[in-house]
Amino acid sequence: MPEASRVDSFCLSDFDQSVGNHLENAVELNGNPVNNLLKVSSQTISPGPVHLGTSDRLPTSVDKGQFTYLEDRLSLLAQKVRSTNQVIIPSGDTENQEGSVMADGSPRTDISTDADTDEKNQRFDGGQSLAVGGSDSSDRSKDKTDQKTLRRLAQNREAARKSRLRKKAYVQQLESSRLKLTQLEQELQRARQQGIFISSSGDQAHSMSGNGAMAFDVEYARWLEEQNRQINELRAAVNSHASDTELRMIIDGVLAHYDEIFRLKGTAAKADVFHLLSGMWKTPAERCFLWLGGFRSSELLKLLVNQLEPLTEQQLVGITNLQQSSQQAEDALSQGMEALQQSLSETLSSGSLGSSGSSGNVANYMGQMAMAMGKLGTLEGFIRQADNLRQQTLQQMHRILTTRQSARALLAIHDYFSRLRALSSLWLARPRD
Amino acid sequence: MDRVRDLASKKAAVIFTKSSCCMCHSIKQLFYELGASPAVHELDKDSYGREMEWALRGLGCNPSVPAVFIGGKFVGSSKDVISLHVDGTLKQMLMDAKAIWF
Repeated sequence: MPEASRVDSFCLSDFDQSVGNHLENAVELNGNPVNNLLKVSSQTISPGPVHLGTSDRLPTSVDKGQFTYLEDRLSLLAQKVRSTNQVIIPSGDTENQEGSVMADGSPRTDISTDADTDEKNQRFDGGQSLAVGGSDSSDRSKDKTDQKTLRRLAQNREAARKSRLRKKAYVQQLESSRLKLTQLEQELQRARQQGIFISSSGDQAHSMSGNGAMAFDVEYARWLEEQNRQINELRAAVNSHASDTELRMIIDGVLAHYDEIFRLKGTAAKADVFHLLSGMWKTPAERCFLWLGGFRSSELLKLLVNQLEPLTEQQLVGITNLQQSSQQAEDALSQGMEALQQSLSETLSSGSLGSSGSSGNVANYMGQMAMAMGKLGTLEGFIRQADNLRQQTLQQMHRILTTRQSARALLAIHDYFSRLRALSSLWLARPRD
Repeated sequence: MDRVRDLASKKAAVIFTKSSCCMCHSIKQLFYELGASPAVHELDKDSYGREMEWALRGLGCNPSVPAVFIGGKFVGSSKDVISLHVDGTLKQMLMDAKAIWF
């Protein structure tokens, strides 16, 4: 049917334009395009470029079919516009002619009110995607699950990687200990030949230090697990807007748990101070920031200041002072360590360490070794004070902040180290060619 | 003990050290950083050093050095000094004893 084909090639925007030309004449239009069209259709429409019909008046019975067709398409369109889940994308093909009507910002398109057009234009400008409103949240929750899974996978990899590294470190320690033992035995032989009595209890100390490191690693892993559990509990409490009393209870637990690791480190420092100083019990990325066997309190506070806002004037002063104090103490301890290094190298490089012929030289040598041993012994004191500083800083921070702020601070600290550990995992698992 | 007390009262900030002690070096540095000029007495260079060390241990100072006195009063060893510094008490003590002014 010729009419039908004409309808098929009909362009709604053309229709709009011709209609628009007549809308100045007292037709009240609301935002509903279908109603508007119906209203308009009761007016006289000039033929113009429209092929709807040759008569001046409205649809004859023949044209009624075409009109109904248009009505149907427009009502579908109205439905789409009313539902908030979609933005209609304009495109050139006939299928989406409705789209071009709705998104068309042309001032001639008066079939809808200006407000409507503006709103639709904004939607169009805002983003040329169909994902608006309802569909967004499902994407986000999918992202969340993906993130959770990714995090879990990363943690698993991290744990597996850590235990592999620990095993490797232990084996390496055994090998190097064996070498050292052979060397020492040779030295002992030589010294014994010169009539110097040396006790043979050294081998005990060796195996103990190996145990000390491994034992601490195991305890630390256990400590981390417990901390994760506590932090999750804290996070849940914060998110569920728990009372201050409940928060305080959990926070006290977290702080007491920190006390525990410092106590464990103290014991480990007695057994194997070099293991702690090496940072081998931490992941690689954490080791990047290693200072005297642990983290720098001043750096941690710098990270927290931004995340703890809003702070009262008094709190800000308190936190700034705390940052400065911990920085000063860190510097003081660092300088002490430098003095120790210098003193140690002076001790080892002084005097003649040449031939081991005369007993005098050997006595010198033994004397210097004894002095050097004494200096190494003070390392434990430095680690102890560094941990003391960390512990005091955490407690002072807690004193300055409100309960809720303390909770956020502890969560932020944990998240920071968590990310460093995850980073280490990723780094260790990176593809290498 | 008398010698310890005597020396401790002579200046607002007094630190007993040993020349080989590196932790003492740290505590001294901290005081300098705060603007204090403490009197430093090295026990290993003092003829009464051994008795003084014994007296300091008797006060509860362990290890015996560094031993810090502010305004003639015994403050403690490195652990005490660091703890007091972190919560701001050390600075206040130094100001009260007029060892520093701000």
